[in-house]
Amino acid sequence: MAAVPLSYYLVLSGILFFCGVLGFLIKRNIITIFMSIELMLNGVNLSFVAFAAQWHSLNGQVFVFFVMVVAAAEAAVGLAIIIAVYRTRETLNVDQVNLLKL
Amino acid sequence: MAGAVNLLMQSHPINSALSLVVVMGSLAVEYLLLGAEFVAAVQVIVYAGAIMVMFLITIMLLNAGKEERSHGSRVAMLLGVPGVVIGGALIAWTILARSTTDSVSIGALQGDPRGIAKLLFHAFLLPFEVTSVLILIAIMGAVVLVSRPEAVVRSADSSPVRQPEPMIKDRELVAAGKDH
Amino acid sequence: MTLTSYLWLVPLFPLAGAAINGFFGRRLPKQAISAIALLFCGLAFGMALLLAAGFSSASAPYSCDLAHWIRSGTFQVDFSFYLDQLSLVMLLVVTGVGFLIHIYSIGYMWDDESYYRFMAYLNLFMFFMLTLVLAKNYLVMFIGWEGVGLASYLLIGFWFTKDSAASAGKKAFIVNRIGDFGFLIALFLIIQHFGSLDFTTVFNAVTPLAKETSGAGFLTAIGLLLMVGAAGKSAQIPLYVWLPDAMEGPTPVSALIHAATMVTAGVYMVARSHVIFERAPEALTVVAVIGTLTAFFAATIGIAQTDIKKVLAYSTVSQLGYMFMACGVGAFSAGIFHLMTHAFFKGLLFLAAGSVIHGVGGEQDMRKMGGLRVYMPWTCATMGIATLAIAGIPPLAGFWSKDEILWQAFNVSWVYWIIGVITAFITSFYMFRLMYMTFGGDVYRGATSPSGHGIDDHGHSTGHGDGHGHDPHESPWVMLGPLVILAVLSIVGGLVGIGNHFEHFLAPVFQGPAVEAATEGASEAGKSGLEYLLMAVSVSVAGLGWFLAYLLYSRSPQLPARIATSLGGLYRAVVHKYYIDEIYAALFVKPLIEGSTAILWHGVDQGVIDASVNESAHAARELSDNVRHMQSGNLRSYAGWVAAGGAVVIAYMVWMGVTH
Repeated sequence: MAAVPLSYYLVLSGILFFCGVLGFLIKRNIITIFMSIELMLNGVNLSFVAFAAQWHSLNGQVFVFFVMVVAAAEAAVGLAIIIAVYRTRETLNVDQVNLLKL
Repeated sequence: MAGAVNLLMQSHPINSALSLVVVMGSLAVEYLLLGAEFVAAVQVIVYAGAIMVMFLITIMLLNAGKEERSHGSRVAMLLGVPGVVIGGALIAWTILARSTTDSVSIGALQGDPRGIAKLLFHAFLLPFEVTSVLILIAIMGAVVLVSRPEAVVRSADSSPVRQPEPMIKDRELVAAGKDH
Repeated sequence: MTLTSYLWLVPLFPLAGAAINGFFGRRLPKQAISAIALLFCGLAFGMALLLAAGFSSASAPYSCDLAHWIRSGTFQVDFSFYLDQLSLVMLLVVTGVGFLIHIYSIGYMWDDESYYRFMAYLNLFMFFMLTLVLAKNYLVMFIGWEGVGLASYLLIGFWFTKDSAASAGKKAFIVNRIGDFGFLIALFLIIQHFGSLDFTTVFNAVTPLAKETSGAGFLTAIGLLLMVGAAGKSAQIPLYVWLPDAMEGPTPVSALIHAATMVTAGVYMVARSHVIFERAPEALTVVAVIGTLTAFFAATIGIAQTDIKKVLAYSTVSQLGYMFMACGVGAFSAGIFHLMTHAFFKGLLFLAAGSVIHGVGGEQDMRKMGGLRVYMPWTCATMGIATLAIAGIPPLAGFWSKDEILWQAFNVSWVYWIIGVITAFITSFYMFRLMYMTFGGDVYRGATSPSGHGIDDHGHSTGHGDGHGHDPHESPWVMLGPLVILAVLSIVGGLVGIGNHFEHFLAPVFQGPAVEAATEGASEAGKSGLEYLLMAVSVSVAGLGWFLAYLLYSRSPQLPARIATSLGGLYRAVVHKYYIDEIYAALFVKPLIEGSTAILWHGVDQGVIDASVNESAHAARELSDNVRHMQSGNLRSYAGWVAAGGAVVIAYMVWMGVTH
């Protein structure tokens, strides 16, 4: 079987991560911004698993598991916040939600 | 990667969400290639299955349309994007140039569920329980955040409030995902 | 402990009086204030008398070290007081005349609302003057020097709500300061060359030095600079301009400070430093020239003045010129002799003038007086005695001292003598003019003119307005008593000069104990026919001046006006004091003020100091204004900053990794 150098996995993880950051910066829709956060988390997950594979350890995978759990919780709460903000602001454009006072 | 880039380039959130699903799926395949089957399964079920569905439901609920043009932040453009690009390039270069690791053969990892379960319930028991509490709190927080003020007052002493569908489904799905 | 070891008490008595009156006087009744002031001044006077009783011409000088002051390497200055014949003479004059003027002020200033302040300032002045006179080193003398300048400022501007008084006080202080600057530089030179400021040390170091004939030596420099200081304090050319303006102060102030004591501080200082001056003949010549010129110059101005106090002020300047002429020709004891007699008769003149002003309800213009001898006989008599004294009519005091000076001056150069004689003529003239205008004639001119609420009569007019209308009246005995005592002193005070007793008394100071015996024999033989001839000349010119004044102001009073108009421009120049004040204003004051305003105020104060403070505040605000935009509430900009910062950190880490 072909062997893939670990660094490729890491580079891919990095690209995913930075795509997430870019999305965060570029996008105006708050939901899309959230999705780029998820993308970032996925990129990190990939690097975890890659390192776990290199060092033949299961701890990395367990950590990935926890990361996913946390991501789920965070996504739930974040979407709830978005809905609450949408109720008052009637907009999903993040540039128009720039006052601390609701 | 294509999915990630597509996420960036799409203007309708639905399209971005769908491309994110593509990313999740491909990542699951990557995990399989690496030999982490459990993680791949969890990825598909939890991430692609539950979280992305949540996103889609919210998009549909809020009737998010195409992104309208807004002036945005100059700082984000001027400083952020170059910063990101530079950072990414630096990391990529560093990793590629300095990588001393050897290759990983396909399926090298022991990703069997039994081993992971052993770890989860022995060594990582505390984090496991804590994360379950975390999820509980997240649910409660989400419920409170979304509840309408009059809805809470009206049914202050009665049964749990009538909530939008996604929350209940969320719980079911998450529970379903854990059961595996 | 002998009495002299308590020497330090003499200046401190009046200081205590000043402190008590100054801090608590506001709440004390006037009787208590007067009692305190008199008590402490009297204590100082009493101690001076006791000290004098035990002191003779053969006594050794006594020094009393009070406390350490400056110890800096080899340079040291202490709070030390010194008593020798010279300072004893000054001590007696200062405390004696000061005590009499304190008594007089009780009557004169009784109705003033700041009575306690006046008495406190008077005592304060006594303290500083006694410090000056009893000092053992130049620095303690300088304390007294500055202090009397301060007291003078406070007392000239006593009625500070009046603009002219406040300005006069300022002028006095500033012009004094200019002189003090010269004095200070002289002190620095003394420190540099002799390493000490102590009188004994310095004079012992100077004595072996040879006379400087080239004129470029440091002793000449010291002497000239000391003379600058003396010119400022004792109102000589060119720093005399403050003394006529100082007449804005109450008359007791003019009597005490500007006739008897403070202005004589310069003469005392020059006499004290005679060792230095004797070895710097060029400086001594300058002293004599300044003194002579000032004497003549001020006398000419005094002829045309109409304010009674201004005449006396210019007379003071002129007489001080005599004293400096005496010092300048080397006759230091003659100068001190004249200082003493001048304190008597000039103090008396001022006090009597104050009595006149008090009596006529505040008017100071002599043209509005006249015929006052009917109303104020005692004042007229005492003032007449003083006028005789100052004119140099024997056997009153002024004759002895002035003649001594003229005789010593003649021995050096007849030019000094002739100018001195002419000045004596002018002095006699204007003094008798004052007498005739004020007391002579039969008509009181002030009755026809509306009552002048003069500047010198703050609270008196309210007291005399009712009852006798504006008739002049005699002063109370609390004011006349000192007049009488000073008149007696003016008569007998000069008799110590007979047989050169005074000079013998001061000989240990001026010639050194070893030389005393030799000079005693020499001066006895000095009474030659020439001296008697010169005496006769000066007496006759005094009489001539009297006669001229009689002609112009008593016999034909319309004559002066005709002479004035015929002299035209010259007369106007004299009346306007030769426009010196205006020249000074244009030359020095105006450029200084304008330069100060333009450069120091606008340029430095506003432009640099204010600007830097304002600009730094401005810059802080602008900086924060610019940074404020980072907090925009815009999510994406925050993310942008985070990404940029993250990139910086990553870059740093990579670079760290690369370089290691």
